[in-house]
Amino acid sequence: MTRCWRLNMHELSICQALIEQVESIARENEALAVKTIWVQVGPLSGAEIPLLEHAYPVAAAGSVAEDAELILEHMPVKVRCRSCGGESEAAPNRLVCGQCGDYHTDLISGDEMLLARLELDKLTH
Amino acid sequence: MCDTCGCNITHGNAHLVTNDGKLAQTEDGKSAVTVLKNLLSENDHQAAHNREHFDRRNILAINLMSSPGAGKTALLEATIDALGDQIGIAVIEGDLETENDAERIRGKGVSAIQISTGSACHLDAHMVHDALHHMDLDGIDVVFIENVGNLVCPASFDLGQHRNITLLSVTEGDDKPAKYPVMFRAADLVLLTKCDLLDVLDDFEPARAEHYLRHLASEAPLFNIAARRSIDIDEWTDWLINEINAQRDRAERHETLRPNIQPEGAALHTASAHEHEHGQHHHDHGHDHKHS
Repeated sequence: MTRCWRLNMHELSICQALIEQVESIARENEALAVKTIWVQVGPLSGAEIPLLEHAYPVAAAGSVAEDAELILEHMPVKVRCRSCGGESEAAPNRLVCGQCGDYHTDLISGDEMLLARLELDKLTH
Repeated sequence: MCDTCGCNITHGNAHLVTNDGKLAQTEDGKSAVTVLKNLLSENDHQAAHNREHFDRRNILAINLMSSPGAGKTALLEATIDALGDQIGIAVIEGDLETENDAERIRGKGVSAIQISTGSACHLDAHMVHDALHHMDLDGIDVVFIENVGNLVCPASFDLGQHRNITLLSVTEGDDKPAKYPVMFRAADLVLLTKCDLLDVLDDFEPARAEHYLRHLASEAPLFNIAARRSIDIDEWTDWLINEINAQRDRAERHETLRPNIQPEGAALHTASAHEHEHGQHHHDHGHDHKHS
């Protein structure tokens, strides 16, 4: 169980960073509340979606995003081959080209941990 | 981190920006804001500041990561024994509790700061920054940051280092790179430690460990080492001396280097990236990111 506890600490600190960003954007936009938060997470970011979901309410409590819905979008792992130029989906631990099998690839998706989008409740004029 | 030029926009999220633009109004007065900002951008900002701090002093910073007990501190002890009279070394130690590792380093006559993380499973850029305030970096060529023993979390946090080294001890199993891809993908160098035990371990194949590492699209060199016996240490010390010289050259040219750790967008930018306004952006996926 030690690992689960550690991961939770990890995801909690990520969620705290998320809430700080959300609060700052809400302030900039003079929002009354945050309704929805879209976050993109790839398996190679090091963050686990179920653990982010568990940690989020703890981090959000008492913030402008307290009642916001968190939508975690799972990003696929994709690579582009430096040898044949092909693009293919890959497993997180096997980033080889799906077309020619070469391991000289660049990751083009799958390591995201991004705050993508916010829906804010604003004063209507 | 760069949030102005759009380098965070990947194949996976481009539709968010192209469909609605930066700010899209929805019905009933709600406002949708497209952000595309790395969740750890605050940490990354502090890390860039740390890296500038090292660069101004021509110091190479190395982040050592591994599972607990893989031999990070033993590697440092052997390195001090081998190179301590040639290069200036300082060490930042991260552990949940105790000063034990820092005391081992100090026992070798090298200054060490211990960060006790309490319950935190990794070091972050802010902890390293605080530690730097307590260090005398005069005459120092290399700062080793010994991260918390953990193959999961430390890979996600940039500390301001130039290079990541991941240790894999041969008692752990040669499929560790396949089991912990995030960690091993972040490595600029992998050290197979405790290799003097290979003779009695019939289930660890160094070639298999390298095979799994290559499958992470990693070209990182992989060296065998047995630090406690101070054998097979030359490859490692040669690499280190080369890196120290390369860092000196880079710093003199006012260039810097990020380790192989960051998501694609973030990896392209260094310290002052957020101040730039980029018209066009070129996605070069090398490790050397030159900002003059």
